[in-house]
Amino acid sequence: MLGIETSCDETGVGLVRGRHHLLAEALASSVEEHARFGGVVPEVASRAHLEAMLPMLELACTKARVRLDDVDAVAVTSGPGLAGALLVGVAAAKALTVGLGKPLYGVNHLAAHVAVDQLEHGPLPEPTIALLVSGGHSSLLLVEDVTAAVTPLGATIDDAAGEAFDKVARVLGLPFPGGPHIDREARSGDPAYVDFPRGLTGPRDLAGHRYDFSFSGLKTAVARWVETRERAGEPVPVPDVAAAFQEAVVDVLTRKAVLACTERGVDHLLIGGGVAANSRLRAVAAQRCADAGLTLRVPRPALCTDNGAMVAALGAELVSRGAAASPLDLPADSALPVTEVVAR
Amino acid sequence: MLLLALDTATPAVTVAVTRGVETLATATRHEPRRHGEVLAPMVVDVLQAAALDAHSLDAVVVGVGPGPFTGLRVGLVTARTLGAVLGVPVLGVCTLDALALASDLPEPLLVATDARRREVYWATYDERRDRLTGPQVSRPAEVGWSGPVVGEGGTLYPDDFPQAQPPSWPSAQHLARWVEQRRPTLPPDPLYLRRPDAAEPGPRKSVL
Repeated sequence: MLGIETSCDETGVGLVRGRHHLLAEALASSVEEHARFGGVVPEVASRAHLEAMLPMLELACTKARVRLDDVDAVAVTSGPGLAGALLVGVAAAKALTVGLGKPLYGVNHLAAHVAVDQLEHGPLPEPTIALLVSGGHSSLLLVEDVTAAVTPLGATIDDAAGEAFDKVARVLGLPFPGGPHIDREARSGDPAYVDFPRGLTGPRDLAGHRYDFSFSGLKTAVARWVETRERAGEPVPVPDVAAAFQEAVVDVLTRKAVLACTERGVDHLLIGGGVAANSRLRAVAAQRCADAGLTLRVPRPALCTDNGAMVAALGAELVSRGAAASPLDLPADSALPVTEVVAR
Repeated sequence: MLLLALDTATPAVTVAVTRGVETLATATRHEPRRHGEVLAPMVVDVLQAAALDAHSLDAVVVGVGPGPFTGLRVGLVTARTLGAVLGVPVLGVCTLDALALASDLPEPLLVATDARRREVYWATYDERRDRLTGPQVSRPAEVGWSGPVVGEGGTLYPDDFPQAQPPSWPSAQHLARWVEQRRPTLPPDPLYLRRPDAAEPGPRKSVL
């Protein structure tokens, strides 16, 4: 199974044999081209996908010691994501299937973030609660069948968690993307230095937005705190502010994820998406899952961020469960709902 | 040579299979913003209509624009990927060249296509259809051409281009003919002619 991922700024190609055996993956990123703009520029990302697509297909095949004509099926992220970026991957996948005469699977990016864990930790226990956190998504999902039954429990009502990291990094004068820089600064900071707000955790919010997230208020609170300091001519302790901000994000994410597990009677939690590479999130999630008697699964960081292997992993699982292929007129759908694991 | 030609640089999606001067099968559909959905099934249909297996092709020919970026990329990534999986070369032809070749007019002409934002992509050709100037992107009035105009630009801006002539859209068989006539081809790289719209952020806004 060959998997193609182009939903944001990463051009990924992965090759999986059977259900769980990762043969090789190849990844190109346009992140450095976006850095000076402070965020991903869709047209810049789309241009980069076009240029990286063939080199990544060839690199993945070379690494796996297979030829393109050895491929038995092609899976591609058909949504959600940036429309123009998705379209490059979808068109490439269709051309492959036309040339090879093999089936096409247009798959859901979020479900692929769940399925990828099978490449590292084996078959996914079902049901599992999945917390997916990245620059574009912050979702809590009930996964009863990763190929057919994925139910959204909650999601961010404003900024994605990774977006908040990027914006706070900018406030603190740290480069884009902000996640790794805040993680590094926070290691020498005091997470209790400022008690930043925990969005949607008050009693009334928990009634209406039990499993939803909000990071916009937190981002503004950090900006206000920093600006007040600057106006007063006082120094801003970047490690402490980074640690306190990160603690607020991690606290809410893990608290709600564990809450979902216990209330739904699900004893497995999976965390995926780029923010799952955050060291504090991994540590707090491990602690809270242990305290609650839950089994935590987090893929290695390279499989948490966007990649082609995750798409191949979901495609392989679909084939093993006999799912029908997607039609050749499959559209790229920037708003594909997570309930649609295979796009039609 | 057995050629598969395709173009997605205008609102039309066009596919053809040709052998020498003969067009074995062709299809053109006016599908603005649905290039990604219609192109691959059209390739399958055209190959089927010509009773050909994709592996018998000698080369893939692709229109490299200029054209609106998102649709343009669909054709390019499709052609490049097909070339890679079939192990055949991929040749680029300027989409405006194919439009020029499609015209029967005996005189020099301008080809103009819709570049959106009240601009056109354009190029000029002599009576032999050798390109004289372009491709460029400009406001129609800035082109300063009073002769015949082929391509949708002629019908979109009649005040600036009084002599609009058919065809409005490129057809893939003319891309293939351009190659068969051994006219100059291009690498299969997009002619964007514009930089991405993106502004570097200004100073941080106050939140107090």
